[in-house]
This record gives sequence, structure tokens and C-alpha cells, in this order.
Amino acid sequence: MKLNLRIWRQKDAAAEGAIETFELDGVSPDMSFLEMLDILNEKLVGEGTDPVAFDHDCREGVCGSCGAVVNGQVHGPDTETTLCQLHMRRFRDGDTVQIEPWRSRAFPVIRDLVVDRTAFDRIQQAGGYVSVDTGSAPDANILPVPKPDAERAFDYAECIGCGGCVAACPNGAAMLFTAAKVAHLATLPQGKVERDARVLAMVTQMDEEGFGACTNHYECTAACPKGVPIDAIATMNREYLRATFLSKEGV
Amino acid sequence: MSTQNPILDSKCPTGDIETRWDRHRFDMKQVNPANKRKFHIIIVGTGLAGGSAAATLAELGYKVTSLCIQDSPRRAHSIAAQGGINAAKNYPNDGDSIYRLFYDTVKGGDFRARESNVYRLAQVSNNIIDQATAQGVPFAREYGGHLDNRSFGGAQVSRTFYARGATGQQLLLGAYAAMSRQIQLGKIDMRPRREMLDVVKVDGVARGVICRNMVTGEYERYAGDAVLLCTGGYGNVFYLSTNAKASNVTASWRAHKRGAYFANPCYTQIHPTCIPVSGDHQSKLTLMSESLRNDGRVWVPKKAGDSRAINDIPEEERDYYLERRYPAFGNLVPRDVASRASKERCDAGFGVGPGGKSVYLDFAEAIQRDGEDTVRAKYGNLFHMYEKITDENPYERPMRIYPAVHYTMGGLWVDYNLESTVPGLFVLGEANFSDHGANRLGASALMQGLSDGYFVIPYTVCGHLAGRNLQPVSTSDEAFAEAEASVRERTDALLAVNGSRTVDSFHRELGLTMWDHCGMARNKDGLQQAIDKIGSLREEFWNDVRVLGSNEEFNQSLEKAGRVADFLEFAETFAMDALDRSESCGGHFREESQTEEGEALRDDDNYCYAAAWEYQGPDGKAALHKEDLNFEYVKLAQRSYK
Ligand SMILES: Cc1cc2nc3c(=O)[nH]c(=O)nc-3n(C[C@H](O)[C@H](O)[C@H](O)COP(=O)(O)OP(=O)(O)OC[C@H]3O[C@@H](n4cnc5c(N)ncnc54)[C@H](O)[C@@H]3O)c2cc1C
Ligand code: FES
Repeated sequence: MKLNLRIWRQKDAAAEGAIETFELDGVSPDMSFLEMLDILNEKLVGEGTDPVAFDHDCREGVCGSCGAVVNGQVHGPDTETTLCQLHMRRFRDGDTVQIEPWRSRAFPVIRDLVVDRTAFDRIQQAGGYVSVDTGSAPDANILPVPKPDAERAFDYAECIGCGGCVAACPNGAAMLFTAAKVAHLATLPQGKVERDARVLAMVTQMDEEGFGACTNHYECTAACPKGVPIDAIATMNREYLRATFLSKEGV
Repeated sequence: MSTQNPILDSKCPTGDIETRWDRHRFDMKQVNPANKRKFHIIIVGTGLAGGSAAATLAELGYKVTSLCIQDSPRRAHSIAAQGGINAAKNYPNDGDSIYRLFYDTVKGGDFRARESNVYRLAQVSNNIIDQATAQGVPFAREYGGHLDNRSFGGAQVSRTFYARGATGQQLLLGAYAAMSRQIQLGKIDMRPRREMLDVVKVDGVARGVICRNMVTGEYERYAGDAVLLCTGGYGNVFYLSTNAKASNVTASWRAHKRGAYFANPCYTQIHPTCIPVSGDHQSKLTLMSESLRNDGRVWVPKKAGDSRAINDIPEEERDYYLERRYPAFGNLVPRDVASRASKERCDAGFGVGPGGKSVYLDFAEAIQRDGEDTVRAKYGNLFHMYEKITDENPYERPMRIYPAVHYTMGGLWVDYNLESTVPGLFVLGEANFSDHGANRLGASALMQGLSDGYFVIPYTVCGHLAGRNLQPVSTSDEAFAEAEASVRERTDALLAVNGSRTVDSFHRELGLTMWDHCGMARNKDGLQQAIDKIGSLREEFWNDVRVLGSNEEFNQSLEKAGRVADFLEFAETFAMDALDRSESCGGHFREESQTEEGEALRDDDNYCYAAAWEYQGPDGKAALHKEDLNFEYVKLAQRSYK
């Protein structure tokens, strides 16, 4: 099939970006979206035009590298699907496909569809861990964890840190990302010891990075390619309140 | 090619195998706790090996700099591992032990790994599970709240711990979290979007690296007291593989050119259960985890070229060929055995799907026995992924699968301390060659990466730091300037060719040659042809590749070009190694060397060694050094899974 592609081009963070239009023929329905971009890039290089830059690595929906807004939808039209797992059978011959990077104050564009998501790393660094030095762990079965809790913790821990939630949120909030980590660790006994300090530090860092506030649009969870449950945010709010009012470490 | 003896010194301890690691640790020089902060360790790669090493060394007090290609350490290729991680916990009480894990791994590797290393790996396996659990890794649990296990190939016990179909993700996020804590404490200086392009040696010792900043194109120099390469495997030399797109041989290859020997480059794992190629646009292949073989049954029709719909093929006309050929292990034979058996059926005309290039992996019996919900709970995300890619529903019809390149057992040669032939240069994880011999068992790569990083390197690096009287170095030393200049020159050369073909077109062509001649079956003539073809393709590359843009910008074509240029050099050493080893062993199948039943036939009299290649200049010049392998505990025997 033949597509009419409208793609955001921007040379670097300082440059002005703009949408450019490309026609692409010979797209097979079995191609992934990124494979479609591959053949576009092969064609562009042949013509002496700089290829479109986009982040990607695993192409299996788990590394969280890829992502773009496709026709206004984060990661494209399919639910619970990363851009690399989106297949061209979702499109029709003659379609116009608009492809843009994540838009967020906290994610400056590096080039074309590539953005800087290191703000997420800094949120994690603020407290998204259990402080346990290598070698100091007791036998793994000493602490039984109810199966439903382990499963629930996994649902939160499955977040791939792609940034789609931020791009989907009208306010550019990073609530779902931050809450996924808070809720993952709050659900397990291992995470309980540092729960107050963790949530306070991560929320503070989130605010400092310039992400917006959550006003309960739920766009984040709808766009999340891993289906991280929205109740993570309620858990985080609860943890935050608890830490603020009840804990001796609170404000 | 020239052969040089004597043999390399593996520095393996001798005597009672159970106490080798303890004694070795005791004998090793220690770095006094107060002195640790004076040492600076450079770690390239943030996968399971690099991430766990960085966190642990920083906890111990060393100054650490971490580098990786991706925009975040959390995205290293390890994230994609699905099925699980082995450990000898024996929680299911089914007869497992450290010795059994050791035995299975040596046998699974077809007697081409070092006993000492494998034993140590089995010993520390249990600590890994403890550590990960304490970090909050949400492993699967039984109803009683204890950890659950599943079975993987090549073992008759259940010793694989898992977190749904995303074990690698969860383990890597555990290591990443541990790293994050050290970054916050200022102990790790984390530099993402950096590509290491050279190792810097001062007085013969690795003292730093040169990186390209992938956003700005600047070259950066990092100086330290030890360099750890944790840069993963080179399966992408085949272009199509299950590896992440950025997986490469560049870091290893550049280190090789600086004196690190490359061991057993031809040992490649071809994984039996991957989604078949769908067309020329294919950019990578997707694994369907080995865990599926717990419940999925592999079959093809008994009649060659049978084109009936699946449901029209009655039970008695289906050939469950793994169960037929290997009744003891059935669908859970090791990967090399399963892959060859699929290829054999397809080559003989029994394959299904387009071009007869796939076999069925069928869950009908499991769904009937346990119900769809149970199957969904175990494998839901894999089934989902399969359906996304193929547009077929595996709950209703069997999956179609075919083998694909997946893992590389070969890698830079290291001794028992994980140190390469360049002093001060250590190699961890898939990038080294040490523990899996000629075939890796499922769920053992995660174990090895984390073993190397959490529990081996923190001890063995001390021998180097405390024992070598290292003098201070600075990035303004001549050696750094020289290395940077050579890297610049190579990049400039790539940009200057300005030919007509894209980088990917060369990579695909190389991949096809590798698959045809260095893939699941290899023979002398084919390997010779491959060597010629690789040489001419490399020449064409340097005359006709087109890389647009400049160095001083974010330039993904340039990144790829550098990697493909290295693959084109490395591939020749790979093929040479495969040619040299005229026996079959594990994943290396030489058609000239097989049993009457078509199984891999080893030649222990002539090939019971690890082949370590020394770089001797461009155009495939290399010298072969051998490390003899001795088996004191697991008796050398023809592998049998019947
Ligand atoms: C799809 C799939 C599923 C798998 N499932 C399992 C499983 O269930 N169980 C199991 O045991 N094993 C599994 N494996 C194998 C296992 O995942 C890998 O062998 C293992 O994760 C490798 O870890 P590593 O730390 O050595 O390297 P990687 O995770 O590959 O990390 C390499 C790191 O090095 C960096 N790097 C590379 N080159 C450079 C450079 N030049 N400069 C700077 N940085 C560089 C990268 O950025 C990255 O951070 C699977 C593999 C695949 C492909
Ligand atoms: S490329 Fe890894 S999630 Fe899409």
C-alpha cells in the first residue's frame, strides 16, 4: 500500500521543527510501524536526504525506547501496544499518517522523533529502590508474599518507562510513571521499610522536573502500552498523604 | 592463520571443586576498604552484567563511571529476556543441587566449558535469587507465598525462577534500581547515549576508553584503574536475530584489536522457537520463550508437503518429532538439538506455512487439560505478542515457529578472574566466552550475567587493583590522544566514502551469507565461500557505502555504519573459527561430523580446547591460541537426551 507520511523534522534541540511530507509506496501489511520507517529511511538515504531519527532497540515492546504520536494517538491506534509492535495492517492504502515526537516540557527534542527522557531516570534515582547492598539479602523464601500481591506488584512493575503517559496527558504529568514504581514497591513487604521517604522524594523530584499536575483525565492509562493500572495513582496519593501526615519523616 | 602454543593460563584453582572459589577468594589480594574510593572503575554496558557490577562496586566504595548506548541504563538488551533464571535452590524438592546444575550446564554446553567456572556459577546462583527478591523483583509465587519454579530445556528438574514472561525486564529493573541508588549517592557517574569505540592502554594495562557522545558527536576520554566490558553478544552479525537492534560487536572487536583474544567466535545459539520471517522488510526476529515448551508440543504432519488445514490433520498423522526422537526429554531437549531437529524436518519437506519454513508449537492439549485461563496466566503476554505480529490467535491454532539466531556463547577470552588477555580489561556477561561452552541452556544467561556482576567481579577485580601497583594516568596522556585520533580517522573514513549503498543493505547481505554458511549447519566448502564473500563485501562496503550527515550531530546512520564495519571484520574471524573446528559440538554443527542418527559428533581427541584468536592485522589475519579443557568431574561422553 501507499501512504502519505507527515513527519516532524527537527535537527536538534535548538532548531525550529516542522512537519515534512513524504510519499511511501510498497508498504506491506505485515510490516511493523518501525519497519515502515526503516524502508522510508532506506529510500531517503538513496535520495540523499537525512533519514528520520527515532529511538528503538528491542522492537518487542519491552525496552521502552520507541514511541511517537501517530495521528494524535500515543503509540498509535492499538491499545496496549508500543509503536514497535504496531503493525501496518492497521492502516489502509492511501492513508495519511502524521508522526510526531512526545511533547512535554520535561522531554526536550533531541532530533526528529527522539526526545530526552532522562527526567524519568532522575525520578527513579530519587527513591525508586529498596536499599539492599549486594550480599546482604536473606534467603528468598524467608519472606512469603501472597500470590495476589506479587501479581499486583508485577502489574505495576511492568512499566517500561517509555514516556507515553506523559505525552498522552493534557497536563504533561508523570503521575502514572512515578506511581507505578511507588505502587510496585508499596505492594511488597520488601518496599515497606522506606515507603515514606521514597514517595516524598520521588514526588518532589517529579515536580522539580517540570511535569504537570494530575487532574484525573486518565489519558495516561488509556495510552499505556503495558496497561499499568490507574489505581497506582490512588496508591501513590495514599502513600504520599500517609508519609506527609503520619510519618515522623513528614513535613 | 597460524597456530601458537603453549596454552593460555586460565588461572583456575585446582583441587576439590567445591572449595575452589573459596580458596581462590582467600588467596587473592584485597583492597582495603578505605582505599577503595581511590580506585576508579569504568564499566561499559548497563545490562544485567554491567548494571549489577556497577551497583555492587559502587556499594563497596569504588568510584564508578557507567556508559551505555541507550538513553537510559534501564533499556539495555537484557530487558527483553523472557523466560526465566536458573538457580539450584531445590525449592520444589525434586532433587536439584549445586552439583546437578553444574553437571547439566557442563553437559548442556557439550563439554566445551571450564568446569571451575561452571561450578562457581552454580554455587552463586542461589545468592542471585535472594538478592533480586530483596530488591523487590516480583517473581512468580505459589499460593502459599513462596517462589514458584518452571522447567527449561536440558534439565529434568524445575529450577527456573520467573516473573511472568518478563524475567529479564524485572531483573534488569532490579539492577537498575540498585544503580539508581548509587547514582543518587554520587558513587556512579552515569553516561547514557555514549558509544565506546576504543580501549586505551597505558604501559600495556587497560586504563580507559574513548567514547562518542551520540547526541553531540564529541569524542570523550575516560581514564580509570580498570575497564569492565559488559557489552553483550554479537548475534546481530547475522543481521536477523532476536537481539535488540543496538546489540553489536564493536566494543569487543575494538578491544580485540588492542590485544584481547576472541574465544570460540563460531559458537552461536540458534533458538528453536521464534516467529518465522515474514518478508524482506524483516528487521529483527521475535523469540517465543522456551518456557512455552513446558506445555506446547512441537509437531509437523507425517506426510511431506501436507497442505491440509490443521484441524483436518488427525492426531495419528501428526509427527511429534521431539517426543519421538528424544523420549526422555521430549519437547524439553536443549536448544541446539531442538533447532536442528526442526531444520531437519523442514529440509526434508515436512515443514508448514509459507515455503514450508516452520513447524507447529501446539497448546491444544494444555488448553484442554488446564483450561484457557491457566494457559493465559502463564503465557498471556507471549500469546499476545505472537498475535500482534502474526495476526493469528494461538489459543485457537498452533503457533508457527522456526529457529533464529539468539545468543552467542563465544566472546572475549577471560581467565577465571574474568580478565582478558589485556591486563586490567575485564569482560562480563554475554560478551565473554566462559561458562556455556558450545551451547547455553535456557535461563542460564541471566544467571551468568548477574553472577559475574554481583558476585564474581567484586572479588576478582581486587587482584588487579591491589596487585599491580597502578600509577596515576590522565586523559591528557599520549595514549588517549592516539586512541582518539584513530577513532576519529575511522569515522571520517566512513563519512568520506559517499557511495551508493545504504548501511543496512550491506548488513542484510552479510547476514544472509552468515545464515547460509555459518548458521545451523556448516561445512568446509561453505565456510571457505563465506570467508571469500565476507572479504569482498567488506571491500565493497568501504568503496560504496553511503553515510549521510556529519559526525558533529545525532547521526544514527553513522552509528550503524561503525557497527557494520566491525561486523564485516569480525565475521571473517567467526568463519575461520568455524572452519578450524571440524568437529561438531553444541550449536556448532559441522556436517562432516555427525552420528548415524544425525546428532552432533564431538572429536575430543583433537578439539577439546577453547580456541582463542589473537588479532594480527586487517583482512582476517589471526593467530590461534588454545586453552585445553580438562574434565575431572563430569566424564566426557556423547550427549544423549534420548
Ligand atoms: C529475546 C531474548 C530473550 C531471552 N531470554 C532469556 C531468558 O529467559 N533467560 C536467560 O537466561 N537468558 C535469556 N536471554 C539471553 C540474555 O537476555 C542475554 O544473554 C543477557 O541479558 C545479556 O546481558 P549482558 O549484560 O551481558 O548484555 P546486554 O544486556 O546485551 O547489555 C549490553 C550493554 O552494553 C552496552 N553497549 C554495547 N556496546 C556498547 C558500546 N560500544 N559502547 C557503550 N555501550 C555499549 C549496551 O548499551 C547495553 O547497556 C534472552 C535473550 C533474548 C534476545
Ligand atoms: S523498541 Fe523496545 S519497546 Fe519499542
